[in-house]
Order: sequence, then structure tokens, then C-alpha cells
Amino acid sequence: MHEILSPAESQALLLSLRVSSVAVVAALPFAFATALFLARVRFAGKALVNGIVHLPLVLPPVAVGFLLLVVFGSRGPVGGWLEAHLGIRFVFNWTGAVLASALITFPLQVRAIRLALEGSDATLGEAARTLGAGPLDRLVNITLPLALPGIVSGAITAFAASLGEFGAIITFVSNIPGQTQTLPLAIYAALQVPGGETEAARLCGLSILLALIVMTAGEFAGRRARP
Amino acid sequence: MTVDVFLRHRHGAFALDVSFAAQSGMTALFGPSGAGKSTIVGAIAGLLRPQEGRIAVNGRVLLDTAARICVPAALRRTAVVLQDARLFLHMSVEDNLLFGWRRAQTKADAATIAHIVELLGLGGLLARRPQRLSGGEKSRVALGRALLAAPDMLLLDEPLAALDAARRREILPYLEKLAREARLPMLYVSHSVDEVARLADTIVVIENGRVKAQGPAFDLLTDIDAIAGVPPLGAVFVATVREHRVDGLSLLAFDGGVLAVSRLAQAVGTSLRVRLRAEDVMLAREEPRAISANNVLPCTVSAMRASGDQADVQLLCGATRLVARITSASLARLGLEPGLAVFAIVKSVIVEREAG
Repeated sequence: MHEILSPAESQALLLSLRVSSVAVVAALPFAFATALFLARVRFAGKALVNGIVHLPLVLPPVAVGFLLLVVFGSRGPVGGWLEAHLGIRFVFNWTGAVLASALITFPLQVRAIRLALEGSDATLGEAARTLGAGPLDRLVNITLPLALPGIVSGAITAFAASLGEFGAIITFVSNIPGQTQTLPLAIYAALQVPGGETEAARLCGLSILLALIVMTAGEFAGRRARP
Repeated sequence: MTVDVFLRHRHGAFALDVSFAAQSGMTALFGPSGAGKSTIVGAIAGLLRPQEGRIAVNGRVLLDTAARICVPAALRRTAVVLQDARLFLHMSVEDNLLFGWRRAQTKADAATIAHIVELLGLGGLLARRPQRLSGGEKSRVALGRALLAAPDMLLLDEPLAALDAARRREILPYLEKLAREARLPMLYVSHSVDEVARLADTIVVIENGRVKAQGPAFDLLTDIDAIAGVPPLGAVFVATVREHRVDGLSLLAFDGGVLAVSRLAQAVGTSLRVRLRAEDVMLAREEPRAISANNVLPCTVSAMRASGDQADVQLLCGATRLVARITSASLARLGLEPGLAVFAIVKSVIVEREAG
């Protein structure tokens, strides 16, 4: 790989893959819980909660990045506390890129899982109950498998969208090679340098190839996961 | 094995207030749609919490609002079969069948499993996915799944309602075998007299959220006050095959006389459950002669009830109670009154099943 890609290019590629996969996996439990809540619980103000969940999808990514900086920055209420007490630091760190990606793609996961849950028969849980299955048993053996197609397609879509995330990452954690410089940020950096168009084009081709691989794999996995 | 049920529940304009007991065997909860039958099933299964009530199965209290007891549905051991089979689509038929079994405290042994699989004719379906089953097959799998969960009680809420007539005919024999064999109490919800007459040992008539009547099926189906207004009621009783005649008829002896029916396959001596539908019984004051009907039974009128232009006449034929549905005009023309001797002309005899 190193013979085809330059060290800087492979660094950006691997970072992109790492940021996106960690973001998707870390957000998944929360997305599943949120989707289950929205799909199965009836409460007043559901539309508002749904709107808040979808905000990262609608807001300009730069605004999301700015809000993250305000809240999770070193002087932010959450970021400051995390740094002082747990030593977790997001700013200028790859974990910050993960947080930004996870937040931006969170609604995509929630949406896909919620659709799968709503499309699956809620009364199957009732049937399982009368057959002796307790709450956790039903979650693991009925709800999760029925939501699996949604979980897979949501994760793939979120992963793909995460690979392309730019605005939130650059605003929140800046553009640092090896730490926060994912593929899109590397393309942007290449374009800032005179004569960097060739480099940008190579990275661009790499992004296209990656996107195609992910989407094809997603289609295949989605078909396998259907009950 | 007994089930005691007492429930009070209000939901908007609907008020449920019922109390009944069910024994081993098939108890039918019978009544029109919206009478509250499914609410009762939901409360027994633990899927719905009534405002007031007490439910005990074999003395084990599942619900007692006064004592603040409400056993979760998963621990009640009351398996439910509904009109939609509710099979788990992500599992094979075999895994569906074993779902409750795996979670049961006392597990059925291999022989019992094999027996239920055979009883319901599921042997060839085990590897299949529920998506690839017909409606009737789905119902059978749902039944098997419920039985294998080793429940203390089986709740069947209109299990045939979603099926067409052909599929219904396919399932009924399985339910009959179940009614005959299973030793557990079964509650069968239905608004079909045909199903109830065929399957039930005991009937609880529910109307407008109340128990209108309850008792043995043999008595209740001919009780013209209990089931007034319900379409084809009739007499259900047990008869024994006495003789297969050379003229193609079989003779059935019952407590009140002999019925001739088309040649039966059952051996002489077999007990059969027989039904005479009310509209298949005509009445005559004098013994008719030269008539195509094979069965003319001498009876005594015991009660009458006219509603609108139709009238139900309850008859005693020996010790067996029959019902005839005639027009109110005929009732007046014949001058029927209790104690009067009449002849019941039976147009057709329905042989339901072998009596258990």
C-alpha cells in the first residue's frame, strides 16, 4: 500500500477509517436506545425530541463544530470537566474528530433503526412475553434481530457519511496531520498549497474508491441481515 | 385443574364485570364482537392490567388487585394463540416451536415434543421460515409453540378468525384432538357457534361485558334464553354408533332415541359428538308419513321464546334437549305450548367428532 500511496496519504486514509468506525460503533448503542424510545414509547412532545435528534443533520456542520467547541472545548462546561477529572481531551485530538463525526451521523443511525423497528411487528414482543421471555431476553432475542437490517444499513450509511465529514471536524478540532486530518481535510489542505491540485486529485480518487467499496459492502450486508 | 376469574375494568364507555370458573378441557368464551372477550384474555395473560380483579390458575394467584399481586406476563405460564399467529420471522419453525420450551421451568421431554409435532402435523415444516408457511400452517405452528411452553393454561383468542373456510376446516380437526387429549384448561374465545358447538365442553356467554350464562355446552346450547338472538344455535349431545345398515345408513343411539345418518367410518360402539342445528329441525303436531327426512323424533315442548318473526322452541326428546327455530307465524298456527307432544323432523345431523 505504501508503494501506491504516500505516507501522508495512507495516514489520512487510515485515520479516516479509524475515526469513522469508532464514531459509528460508539454512537450505535445510543442510537438504538433513542430509536427504540421513539418507535415504542408514546409521549407528549415526541415531535420536539425527534426534531432535536435530527438537528445535526439539518444544522450547518460548521455550526455543529462551533457548538462542540463551546461545550466540549477545554474551557467548555463539559470539556473542561472531562479534562480536569478524567484527563479526556477532545480538542486537537482524533477523539474530537470521532465525537464530531458521531454526532453528525447520529440521526442517520437513529432513523434507519427506527424505521426497521416500526416496520417490524411490535406484537411479537407480546407473544414472546406470554412464552416466558423477560425484558432483557426480548430485547436480545426479538427486538435486536428484528431491528438488525436497520442497524446494518444505518451503520453503513453513517460510516459513509462520516468519511466525508468536514465542517464539524475542522471547526472543532482543526486540521492536524495524523491527529485530525481525515481524507476530506487532507484534500482541503492540499488545495491550500500552490501546485497541490495533483495531490488533491489523488486523494479525491481515493475517496471515490472508498465510498464505492463501502456502499457496495453495505448493500450486500443489508440483504444478508433481512429476516 | 381450575381457573378462577373475576375482573372489573372500565375503559371509556365500556365496562367489564365478569366472574367465572373454567375446568380442564375446552371452555368457550362465547359472545358477539366487542363483548369484552379479548379484554378477558389480555387480563389473564397479563398483557393488560384490569382496575380490579383476581385470577388464579390451579390455586396459583396470577392477579389479585386487592392484595397488590400482579405476576408479570412472562412468569404466568398462560400461553396465548391469537388470530394472527405472531411467529418470530427471524427464526425457523423449529426455533419458534422451542422458544417457550427453552424458557419453561418444567420442560416437556423429547417424547412429548415429538407427540405435539405429530399431533399438529409439523414434522415437514421444522426447517422452514414462517414467511414460507400458509395461513393454516402458521396457526398450527403457533398452537404447537404455545403447547410446548408447558403452560398451566392455554388461551385461544379467535385462532381461526383470520383463516378462510378451507383453512378453518384444516385446523379444526387439530383443535378437536387437542380438546380431547390435553389435560390443561383451555379458554377458547369465539363468536362462531359452529366452532363452539364443535369444541367446547363448557360455555361462558359474554354479552356487554357481563357473563350472561355459563354451564356445560350440552345444556347451554339448547338454553334458548342464554343464547337468544345468536344465529344458529342447536343441540349438542353424545350418541353411540349402534349399527351400520346395508341400506347405507348408520344408526346412532342417544338418550332419547335413534338417529339415522349417512354411513359413518367409525366402528360400532364409538361415542360421537352430534349436533342438530336449530334451523334443521322442523315441527309437526301429528306424525308425518311418507317424508324424505330419515329422522322423526317424538318430543315434548318444554319452552318457547319468540323474538320478532322468529321463534325458538325448546324440546325434550327423552332426556336430551333439542331446539327448533321456526317462524313466529308457525308457532301461533301450531298452537304450541309447554307440555305439548310434537314430532321433530330432523333435516340433517352433524357428526362433529369422536367424544372424548
